[in-house]
Amino acid sequence: MTDRLTGTDRVKRGMAQMQKGGVIMDVVNKEQAKIAEEAGAVAVMALEKVPSDIRAAGGVARMADVSIVEEVMEAVSIPVMAKVRIGHIVEARVLESLGVDYIDESEVLTPADDLYHLDKKPFTVPFVCGCRDLGEAARRIGEGASMLRTKGEPGTGNIVEAVRHLREVQSQVRRIVHMNEDELMTEAKNLGAPFEILLQIKEEGRLPVVNFAAGGVATPADAALMMELGADGVFVGSGIFKSNNPAKFARSIVEATTYYQDYQKIGELSKGLGEAMKGIDIKTLRAEERMQERSF
Amino acid sequence: MSENNYRVGILSMQGATEEHARHLHDVGHEPILIKNKETLDNVDALIIPGGESTAIWRLMKKNDLIEAIQQFAQRKKPIFGTCAGLVLLGKDQAEAETKDTTKLQLMNIQVQRNGFGRQKDSFEADLDVKGMEEPYPAVFIRAPYIESVGENVEILATYDDKIVAAREDNLLVAAFHPELTDDNRFLDLFLSMVEEKTALPI
Repeated sequence: MTDRLTGTDRVKRGMAQMQKGGVIMDVVNKEQAKIAEEAGAVAVMALEKVPSDIRAAGGVARMADVSIVEEVMEAVSIPVMAKVRIGHIVEARVLESLGVDYIDESEVLTPADDLYHLDKKPFTVPFVCGCRDLGEAARRIGEGASMLRTKGEPGTGNIVEAVRHLREVQSQVRRIVHMNEDELMTEAKNLGAPFEILLQIKEEGRLPVVNFAAGGVATPADAALMMELGADGVFVGSGIFKSNNPAKFARSIVEATTYYQDYQKIGELSKGLGEAMKGIDIKTLRAEERMQERSF
Repeated sequence: MSENNYRVGILSMQGATEEHARHLHDVGHEPILIKNKETLDNVDALIIPGGESTAIWRLMKKNDLIEAIQQFAQRKKPIFGTCAGLVLLGKDQAEAETKDTTKLQLMNIQVQRNGFGRQKDSFEADLDVKGMEEPYPAVFIRAPYIESVGENVEILATYDDKIVAAREDNLLVAAFHPELTDDNRFLDLFLSMVEEKTALPI
C-alpha cells in the first residue's frame, strides 16, 4: 500500500467537479437539510440564517453556531458546506476541525478583513469563493479557491446580478482563450489577475475550477437559465425555504437544473408551485446594503 | 486498444459527465449524454459517472431510467460505474429487505457508501491493479468501498484491505475517479469489454 495524499488540488477541485450539474441548498437546521437531501440536492450549506434573513436582521453576520453545523452534518449523508467571514482564519480552522466538506469564504457574512482574503492553500478543506468578474475569479483561484460561484446579489430573489456576473466571467474567459500570449500580461494588469492563472485558462480553454451560479435563484426557470448561460451548477439560498412549498420548490429546481433545455418539462415543473420568495429590486438597495461589493 | 468506434452513453443526471466525455472523445469514441431512456437504445455501452449518488438516484427514478438501465444491463451491454456509479450498481441487503432501495441492484457487491470518510479524508494514492503493469494513480473523493463480493465478481484492486475496483461479466466498477486523471487504462479496459460484448451474436 502506498502513502495517501490528502488535501491536494486534484482532490479539492475534484470534489467540486462531482457536484456539477447539481443544486446546493442553504439550510438552517436538520429538518431543512433532510428536505434538501430528499429533493436531490448535491450538498447543503449549513447556516444560522438564510441570506434574506441576514439582510433583514442587519448587524454583524458571523460563522453559524457550531451546533447547527454539527446537527446538519449528522442529519444527512451528502456533503455539508458552511460559511466563514472573508479573511477569518480562525472561523475557517474551526470549521475545518469539525470536518465540514467545503468552506464558503462568503460576502454574505460581514467581512473580518477588509484587505486580505484567506490564504486557502494550506488548508486540507477546500474553499468556494464568490466572483463578479474574471479578475476576482483569478485572484481567488490564486489564493487557493477550489471552486467559484458568481455572487449575484444574495437574499434578493432577483436573478439579474447573477446573470450579469456569469456573463461577465464567461465573456472574459472567451477573450483570454482567443488572445495572443503576448497580450496576456497587459490583460492580467487590467483585470488585476495573476498572470499564471490567465495563462492556464488560455491553455486549457476554460476556468481551472468549477463555477456555480449563486445569488438570486428563486424559480426552476431561474436555475435553468443559469445552466443555459454556462454555469456548472446552482446554489439556491433563500429561494427554497422562503417559498410557500419548500419541498416542491427544491425538487423542481433540482430537476430543472438537470433538464435545463427541456422546456416542456420546466413548464410542468413550474405548474402550481405556489408563491416564490417575494424578492427585491436591486435598484432599491443602498450601496452599503449590496453584499456583492464586499470582497476585493 | 479497440479498432472500432463505439457510441458510449454517459448517464447525465449530475456529476463528472464532461470529464468522461472528454476522455472518450480523446480515444476516438463518441460520447452521448443520457438524460432520457429513449437515448439508451442508441448506445453500445454506458458510463455512470462520479457525482452524488442520492441526487443521481432520485433523478433517475423520477425520469424512468431505473428499469431502462436494468434492462440495458440484462442485454449484457457493458456498464462502467465510477464512485457514485459503483454505489448505484451495487446491492444493499438492508435496503433490499425494506424494498425502499436506492440502488440498481445489478452487481453482486455490497457497498459501503462514503466508506473512506468525508472530504477531509479524500486522497490520491498509487494503486496496484490486476492486469496493469504500472501502478494506477487513483483519486478517491468521499469514496465508497466494496465490503464483500459474490462468487462471479473478480476483484481488480484493493487499498488498505478494502476492495476498490471489480468486474462482473459486463459490469466494471471503480471506487475512485479515472475521469479525473489523464491515465486512460481503466477506460481502455472498459472499451475492451465493450468490444468483447459487441462482438457476441445477440
